[in-house]
Amino acid sequence: MIAEAGLAALWFAGALALLQVVLAVIGVRRSRSGGGEVLATIRPVAVVQGVLVVLAMLLLIAVFVESDMSVRLVAEDSSAAKPLLYKIAGAWGNHEGSMLLWVTILGLAGAAVALFERRLPKPTLIATLGAQATIALGFYAFLLFSSNPFARLVDAPPDGQGLNPLLQDPGLAFHPPTLYLGYVGISVAFSFAVGAMVTRDVGPAFARAMRPWVLGAWIFLTLGITAGSYWAYYDLGWGGWWFWDPVENASLMPWLAATALLHSVTVLATRDGLRAWTIMLAVVAFSMSMIGTFLVRSGILTSVHAFAIDPKRGAFILALLVIYIGGALALFALRVGTIRQGNTFEPVSREGALVVNNLLLSVILGIVVIGTLYPLVAAAFGTQLSVGHPFFDSTAGPIALVLVAIMGIGPLLRWRRDRASEALRRVAIPAGVAVVTFLAVLLLAPGIHILPLCGLTLAAGAAVASVAPLWRRDLRRTPLFTYGMVVAHLGIAVSLAGMASESAFDQETLVATHIGEIQHVGPYSVTLEGIRPVIGADWSAVEGVLRVQRGDHAPYILAPQSRFFSTPPQATSISAIETVADGQLYTVLGQADDDGRWQLRLWWKPFVTLIWLGGALVAFGGFLSLLGRLLRERRAHRREIEA
Amino acid sequence: MKAKHQRLTLALLALAAVIGAAVLALSALKDQASFFYAPSDVVKDGLPLGKAVRLGGLVAAGSIKRQPDGISIHFVVTDGQAQVPVSFSGIVPDLFREKSGVVAEGHFMPDGSFVATNLLAKHDANYMPPQVAGAMHKTESLEK
Repeated sequence: MIAEAGLAALWFAGALALLQVVLAVIGVRRSRSGGGEVLATIRPVAVVQGVLVVLAMLLLIAVFVESDMSVRLVAEDSSAAKPLLYKIAGAWGNHEGSMLLWVTILGLAGAAVALFERRLPKPTLIATLGAQATIALGFYAFLLFSSNPFARLVDAPPDGQGLNPLLQDPGLAFHPPTLYLGYVGISVAFSFAVGAMVTRDVGPAFARAMRPWVLGAWIFLTLGITAGSYWAYYDLGWGGWWFWDPVENASLMPWLAATALLHSVTVLATRDGLRAWTIMLAVVAFSMSMIGTFLVRSGILTSVHAFAIDPKRGAFILALLVIYIGGALALFALRVGTIRQGNTFEPVSREGALVVNNLLLSVILGIVVIGTLYPLVAAAFGTQLSVGHPFFDSTAGPIALVLVAIMGIGPLLRWRRDRASEALRRVAIPAGVAVVTFLAVLLLAPGIHILPLCGLTLAAGAAVASVAPLWRRDLRRTPLFTYGMVVAHLGIAVSLAGMASESAFDQETLVATHIGEIQHVGPYSVTLEGIRPVIGADWSAVEGVLRVQRGDHAPYILAPQSRFFSTPPQATSISAIETVADGQLYTVLGQADDDGRWQLRLWWKPFVTLIWLGGALVAFGGFLSLLGRLLRERRAHRREIEA
Repeated sequence: MKAKHQRLTLALLALAAVIGAAVLALSALKDQASFFYAPSDVVKDGLPLGKAVRLGGLVAAGSIKRQPDGISIHFVVTDGQAQVPVSFSGIVPDLFREKSGVVAEGHFMPDGSFVATNLLAKHDANYMPPQVAGAMHKTESLEK
C-alpha cells in the first residue's frame, strides 16, 4: 500500500506542477494588471506540490526501511540484513530513487521561493515559479513514464540483491544529496534568470534575489565535490584523489560554471554591469547541472552500452536534455536583445579581473566538457577511446594556475577603474612571496616537475594575496561577506598547495612481505605483525595488523582489510589511513601468495589533507558570504519597514 | 570606453575563449586520448607504440602466472581471436580472475607484449566492461 500511496503522491505533484505552469503563463499574460490574484493562487500550488513530492520521497524511504521486496527497486538494491542507515541511503543509491530525490529537493526549493521571496516584482516571481514548474515537469514525466521508483514485482523474492559494497559507506548517505542540493540550487537560479528574461527585468534587483541561490548551490557543490573526492580516495584504495572520471567531471562542470556565475552575479548586483553575461552564465550553469544530473545515473557516460540495454530511457534522457538546454539557449537568444547595457568599466579594474576569471573558468569548462563528451562522440563513429588525466593535466592544469594568479590579484583592484602602477604596488608583497617560494622549492627539491613547482609558488602567493584585502582595515567593521571571500580564496590556495605537494612528494612502496618483515615508506617503517579474521554485519574480512612507527615516536597499529560481502557476493579492499599533521600514511592489503607473503601497498602523502581542508575552507567562505548577504538584507528590509 | 564597444569587446573575448578552449582541447586530444584496443585489433592494425592505450578482453584460462617478487603477474588477454601477453605490478582488483573481463591501461612493447600500469575490473561478478563487450561482440559477428 505504501508504494501505491507514494506513486499517487507523485502523480498529484506532477499534476500540480502542470497547473503551476499554466497559472504562470496566465499570470505573465496579465502582468500589466499586476498579477496579484494569480500570485495568490500560484504560491499555495507551489507549496502543496513541494509537500506532496516530499511525501513521495518519504514513502519510498519507508518502503526501503520496511524491506518490502515486492517493490522492484528494493529487491534490486537492498537486502533485509542491511544496517538502517544504508537502507535509508539505498533509497537514493539507484537511478530512480536519485531522480526522485532530485525533484524532491526542487519541490522544496520551489516552496521556499513561493513562501519567502519578497524582493522580486510580482510578474517576475510568477515567471520564476513557472520556469521552476517547467523544469520539475520534465522530471515528473521521466519518473512516471520511464523510471517509476514504486514499480512492483509480480513475484517478490525472499531477499534483495543488496547494495554495491562500494556504496555501503556513510559517504553515500551524504554525498549524492549534497550534490543534488547544488544542482537544484543552480536550476532555481536559472529559474530566476528565466523570470527576469521573460519580464525584461534584468538588473541589480534580480541579481540580488538570485545571488543567495547561486551561493547556496555553489557551497553544496563545493562540499559535494570535496567529500566525493575524499570518499573516492579512501574507498577505492587506489591512493588517488581525483581520477578525471566522467562521473567526477559531471560534478566539476556545474561547479566551474557556478563559480563563474557567482562572480559575475556579484558584478551585476553591486555595479549593475555584465547583465547579458550573467544571464548567459546562468543558462550555461543550468545546462551543466542538467548534464551532471542525467549523465551520472543514466550510465551513458561510463558505459555507452547502457543506452542499448534500455533505449527508451536513454532516448528520454536525451530528449529531456535537448528540450531543457535547447529551450534555455533559445530563450536567451530571443531575449538577449532586450537586456539593456549595464554600467561600463576600465580593463584594469575589479570588474576586468572578474571578466578574466570568467573567461578562464569558461575555457577550463570547455576543455572539461570536450574531454568528457569526446569519447561519446568518438563511440558514435565507431572508435573506442578514453580520455584521462594526461589530457586534463596538460590542458586544464596550466590554465587553472593562471586562474589562481588572477584570483590573488583581482580583490586587490578597485571597482570601475584602477591605475596599473598602484595596482602593481599592491600585489608586490604577494608576488615577492611567490618568487621566494619558487626559489626555495627549486633549492630544496631540484628535480620537481614544472606543474607542481608552479602550483606551490602560486599557492604561496595567492595565500598571501587572499588575506591582503584585510590589510589596514578595521577588522570589526569589515563586512562578513568580505571575510567570506578571503576565506574562500585562501581555501583555494590551501587546496592547491595540497595538490602540488601530493603530486610532487608522494612516495609509494609496493611489496610482498612475510609476517614480521619491516618495510619502509617515507618517514615510516611498517611491520606486518599478523593477519586476523574479522566478521561484520553482512561481511567477513581478513585484516592485516600493521605496526607503524615513525622515527622514535611511539608505534601504533593500522589495520587495512580485504572484505567479502555476502549480498551481493563481492570483495572489496578497505584501506587504513593514518592522518598526521604533515600528511597521511595510506595502507592497502592485497592478496597472499603461495609462500605466505602478503601484498602491501603503502603510500606516504605529505600534506595531502590540505586538498580537502582547502575545499572545506572554500565552502565555509561561501557560507560566511551567504550569511553576510542575508543579514545585510534583513537589516535593510527592517529599515524599510520602519521608514 | 563606449558602452557599445565594451559589449562587443566582451562578446569577442568570450568567443575567443570558447574557440581557444576548443582548439586547445582538440589538439591535445590527438596526442592524449587513450585508444581502446582488442587483441585482434593489434593483429589487424599493427602495434600502437609510444602511446597510452587501453587493452580490453578476457583473461585467458590458466594464464595468470605470479612472479617470484610477489607483486608482479603475467597473464594473457584474449578476445577469442588473438592474444596479448600482459605484465602488471601491483595489487590486482578484487574481481580480476581468469575467464572474466579486464581492461588494462598501459602501453605496448616492441615485442608485442603489453605493460599495464593499471587494471580495471568492475566490482561486480556479472559486469563486463562495455569495451570488452563491444570487442567480443565484434569478434562474434565476424565469426558469423
